[in-house]
Amino acid sequence: MHQLTLAEIARGLADKRFSSVELTTALLARIAQLDPQLNSFITVTEEQALAQARAADARRAAGEDGALLGAPIAHKDLFCTKDVLTSCGSKILTGFKAPYDATVVEKLATAGSVSLGKLNMDEFAMGSANESSHYGPVKNPWDLTRVPGGSSGGSAAAVAARLIPAATGTDTGGSIRQPAALTNLTGLKPTYGRVSRWGMIAYASSLDQGGPLARTAEDCALILQAIAGFDAKDSTCVDQPVDDYLATLGQPLNGLRIGLPKEYFGAGLDARIGEKVMAVVEELKKLGATVKQISLPNMQHAIPAYYVIAPAEASSNLSRFDGVRFGYRCENPQNLEDLYKRSRAEGFGAEVKRRIMVGTYALSAGYYDAYYLKAQKIRRLIKNDFVRAFEEVDLILGPTTPNLAWKLGEKNDDPVAAYLEDIYTITANLAGVPGLSMPAGFVDGLPVGVQLLGNYFQEARLLNVAHQYQQVSDWHTQAPSGF
Amino acid sequence: MQWETVIGLEIHAQLSTRSKIFSGSATTFGAEPNTQASLVDLGMPGTLPVLNAEAVRMACKFGLAIDAHIAPQNVFARKNYFYPDLPKGYQTSQMDHPIVGKGFLDITLEDGTTKRIGITRAHLEEDAGKSLHEDFHGMSGIDLNRAGTPLLEIVSEPDIRSAKEAVAYVKAIHALVRYLGICDGNMAEGSLRCDCNVSVRPKGQAEFGTRAEIKNVNSFRFIEKAINHEVQRQIELIEDGGKVVQETRLYDPNKDQTRSMRSKEEANDYRYFPCPDLLPVVIEQSFLDEVRASLPELPVQKRERFEAQFGLSAYDATVLAASRELADYFEAVNTVCGDAKLAANWVMGELSSLLNKDNLDIEQSPVSAEQLGGMILRIKDNTISGKIAKMVFEALAAGEGASADEVIEKKGLKQVTDSGAIESMLDEVLAANAEQVEQYRASDEAKRGKMFGFFVGQAMKASKGKANPGQVNELLKKKLEG
Repeated sequence: MHQLTLAEIARGLADKRFSSVELTTALLARIAQLDPQLNSFITVTEEQALAQARAADARRAAGEDGALLGAPIAHKDLFCTKDVLTSCGSKILTGFKAPYDATVVEKLATAGSVSLGKLNMDEFAMGSANESSHYGPVKNPWDLTRVPGGSSGGSAAAVAARLIPAATGTDTGGSIRQPAALTNLTGLKPTYGRVSRWGMIAYASSLDQGGPLARTAEDCALILQAIAGFDAKDSTCVDQPVDDYLATLGQPLNGLRIGLPKEYFGAGLDARIGEKVMAVVEELKKLGATVKQISLPNMQHAIPAYYVIAPAEASSNLSRFDGVRFGYRCENPQNLEDLYKRSRAEGFGAEVKRRIMVGTYALSAGYYDAYYLKAQKIRRLIKNDFVRAFEEVDLILGPTTPNLAWKLGEKNDDPVAAYLEDIYTITANLAGVPGLSMPAGFVDGLPVGVQLLGNYFQEARLLNVAHQYQQVSDWHTQAPSGF
Repeated sequence: MQWETVIGLEIHAQLSTRSKIFSGSATTFGAEPNTQASLVDLGMPGTLPVLNAEAVRMACKFGLAIDAHIAPQNVFARKNYFYPDLPKGYQTSQMDHPIVGKGFLDITLEDGTTKRIGITRAHLEEDAGKSLHEDFHGMSGIDLNRAGTPLLEIVSEPDIRSAKEAVAYVKAIHALVRYLGICDGNMAEGSLRCDCNVSVRPKGQAEFGTRAEIKNVNSFRFIEKAINHEVQRQIELIEDGGKVVQETRLYDPNKDQTRSMRSKEEANDYRYFPCPDLLPVVIEQSFLDEVRASLPELPVQKRERFEAQFGLSAYDATVLAASRELADYFEAVNTVCGDAKLAANWVMGELSSLLNKDNLDIEQSPVSAEQLGGMILRIKDNTISGKIAKMVFEALAAGEGASADEVIEKKGLKQVTDSGAIESMLDEVLAANAEQVEQYRASDEAKRGKMFGFFVGQAMKASKGKANPGQVNELLKKKLEG
């Protein structure tokens, strides 16, 4: 039963081949049995899951139907979940049970999905390897000595290991797409403003966006359909009608214009990954797409710009974790300053502190113009690159990551090397456009991802192209051995 | 040496929206601690701000009222610093792109002249909570009810040259925000707070001296005292060979002095940057037109109208237009009695002293505008004299009648105008004072003038003040001469 996709589960539940309680019970047992190897869950909400499953079964028995009614999922642990630990992978949120549900959590619950728990992640979503979590690193089910990517590493590992069919994640610089690529999943970062950020603990507010990780494009469409849409509680959420993502999955690709940015295939890319990506391009051509080379000339500035803007926003966003109202507080504070300093020094991990310091510096008097303001100008140039590119092509295609999943601990001493892993994903966050990563094959038994970038609010097109490719390929159906 | 004082003021006005600037919590003053603090106000992880449109409308009202430039777009920024009553670790404020740009306000000085004070800008921001140090041992309490209350920070140009001008300016702002209905102006509750930037320079020098900022001065009287004290302190310091340092100071009204709070070096680097959770606010011309159409008559316009329409003096018009409620009261009295000058005299005279004596606002006046207007009508139609009117007014204030007519009737205060009755009363008075009548008739013109008053007094006394004074004068003269 654990091999079923969300779409298959929906059919099975509708055909009464199994109940949500049966499915949930089976997956909870599987989590208990296998997750100790992976460490993908921070919290398993067994009782709540079974209660939700029973409720879903009752709704179905009463005649209700719905693609997600009774479907098991789990949430990245930065979505606030009422009365359940919401840790953000950080010691500083020790014991923090959110007093409310995030909009994404609420929408999925309303659709009848069953949440099995909260998934491990890089502390405050800062990382590309899921090694900065206070709750320990997550292992890649394809090779337990390797990282699953990050920051949504727990979401990726749990779905790849068939512990759950789909999970929520968030993507600030590639945190859905990069772990999806490293674990053979399909992951979608929607357009900025497509999914509400209410209840998503902020890392970098102008870049953060929630989205799904699943095994197929179709499953991503099912989740996105439930979570997309305007939310009056998030001022940056865009009030625009939501497409029918499932209805558009079947469209043929005849005449689809694909652009290959030359900057995505240059130095730094593992040539074996490049070959896999080009093989996907060939398949898409067979399906009717046309291909041309394009240029995103400002891509080279994306990482420096990102590592000014994201830490700057983070340095401010993380100020509320001060030991005063919730979460971790140091022992025996001597006075207010001591309370602040020690609660934060003891509560935050090294990578979070590094980014708070970088961001604080970038916003300081005398440096603001040289760093923050300049980074914002670069951001505008990157956005313009995309706007120009989408005048010529419908879709931009390239590798999701420059390298395969690396060994745990390999890049711990070199943060810049880890930052460079996000080189292909970060531009989409800076520009706000949607991006999807899907399986493109394997190199040395490790998954390779291909990335599709679309114009604003073109999630339907990305999902359609990925779905069409998944009809003629079977990379996405491969499961890691032992899972 | 001759010194010149230079003052610029920053006024924080709490906007009287029903809910907070970025959350739906109520803004009522004085509720139980933390009962008006939502998830957003508490800075709960994952929460986001949503701008209150009413706060934007109120800020625009103010901007239009001071003839300010209102940019098509304004931007919220975060001001970062740690303090327990600031739950998010930053205050959402405005920095480079405030909602209200350059404007001005004309103030009336004591000598009746007006002076134009430039207003640099006014921006929207959220208020902080309150730290409570009493009642807690070894700890502080935090009340976040006030956190997120909308503030309009109004920054003046350094155009103010004395403590008295500063007070006149704050009073003018106070009147304006109350006219506009955007702030209740209650300084005791902190609805209107003032920071004073004060410096001195030798008269004639173009450059400003180094300024000190006196934080949170919360009454008109304290503003005057704090500035005067600070000016004196700076002059003495410089004359003794010292230097003023740029710093933040606090005014202690008990000791009537200011003391240093923090120096420029200790000041925070607030690391302002645009708030990524809020989009730039776009102000459309049609919205501004609509707000402009909703503006009430403002103090300056009202003052000018009172002068032109009613022929009031500049001073009277200024006093009456100082508050919207007082002006409305005056106009209501005038509507009833049709005599603006009498109405103004009574409102600024008897009524004001009554209110001052009992420390009442005009809205709490025990004498209504209808009652006062009705009474003035009776003065005008000679039913009562001005002197008797004071008795009627006191009776109305004491609740001894629903109207002046009722009081006059009940107390028998109606003026006697029947010349027959007055003549017979005068005959009695003259008979009772035969000796004085003799003297009067024997005296020359100059002396007579003085003596005449005696007879008038006796006559009014005999009539218990009710005889029409004009008739008494006329008839008395006839009888004495005759």
